[in-house]
Amino acid sequence: MSLLNYFKTTKPNSAKLAKERLQILVAHERSSRNQPSYLPALQQELLQVIQKYIQIDQDAISVHFDSDDEQETLELNIVLPEPPQS
Amino acid sequence: MARIIVVTSGKGGVGKTTTSAAIAMGLAKKGFKTAVIDFDVGLRNLDLILGCERRVVYDFVNVINGEATLNQALIKDKRCNQLYILPASQTRDKDALTKEGVGKILEELSKTFKYIVCDSPAGIERGANLAMYFADDAFVVTNPEVASVRDSDRMLGILSSKSKRAENNDDPIKEYLLLSRYNPKRVKLGEMLSVEDVQDILSLHLLGVIPESKAVLSASNSGTPIILNEESNAGQAYLDIVERYLGEDKPHRFIDEDKKGLFGRLFRS
Ligand SMILES: Nc1ncnc2c1ncn2[C@@H]1O[C@H](COP(=O)(O)OP(=O)(O)O)[C@@H](O)[C@H]1O
Ligand SMILES: [Mg+2]
Repeated sequence: MSLLNYFKTTKPNSAKLAKERLQILVAHERSSRNQPSYLPALQQELLQVIQKYIQIDQDAISVHFDSDDEQETLELNIVLPEPPQS
Repeated sequence: MARIIVVTSGKGGVGKTTTSAAIAMGLAKKGFKTAVIDFDVGLRNLDLILGCERRVVYDFVNVINGEATLNQALIKDKRCNQLYILPASQTRDKDALTKEGVGKILEELSKTFKYIVCDSPAGIERGANLAMYFADDAFVVTNPEVASVRDSDRMLGILSSKSKRAENNDDPIKEYLLLSRYNPKRVKLGEMLSVEDVQDILSLHLLGVIPESKAVLSASNSGTPIILNEESNAGQAYLDIVERYLGEDKPHRFIDEDKKGLFGRLFRS
């Protein structure tokens, strides 16, 4: 490997990483921009109720709020664990 | 009727005050009667950047409280007779600015001024909210850096939902991106977000790129808005921005590295 190549390959492209992180974060924050402030608490309580019956992780549940001129919708998504293999 | 411009960002230290001073001076030098208002209550600084700190007698809050008239508080710039500065108050009372008070002052200024530039403080508290509330145009100053881009996006959300225009269902505030402290060399090395990266994320109309420049510090050292330093890249970038804002079609500059190599540097006096 030539010296030039060495510098090329070890050069970290941190700007690319920055962009990827921002794209994900900004998309997430935009979608939750006008959501009601009770959502995190609602999500937490739902999680507790479900965990009484099913073993699921914190990130297995997502609550999504949407609103337009017509209506407001609350979308609830729960990913259940894989059933045990028999 | 005046056009009200807010210079905003969310994050601190990105160049809002530098930009406010530059574009206010730029618009005034183009012959438009312009007022520039410091909304950073408790942390007055615009007066220093414009070099009129020793001429401050009354401030924004004095006018709101009826302790001085607007004419008494406005400081006329010594270099350009079309430019007036309304300094921020140094009070520590966070509630000194009121929506009614600010609205009344802007309305009165609107009768005689063509442009009103509002220098927003950092953050999303009262000062920042009032600086943008009455705006027609928003200059969103962003640095090519993750925290600044995220905060700008946050500010865009506030501009589109919490402004007077939004509340009255009028046309939304026109939003422009001013990408500041840009270093083409570091962008090329992959160390810094590029103009395209930032535009991809914020999808804003780019008004201009202001390069990182040593001249900015010396300009503020001497109380001269950087736009008056026509030799400097940053000064030229701000002049371009003013002209683009006024409708001139000017190609973007300062995005790519200076093409001049060693020879260019040797022969440049
Ligand atoms: N283009 C630039 N190049 C170099 N330094 C800059 C540039 N723009 C602003 N600065 C410096 O950054 C600092 C913060 O700028 P300022 O305008 O006060 O930001 P803000 O009002 O957003 O807090 C100051 O020290 C200023 O001199
Ligand atoms: Mg400032």
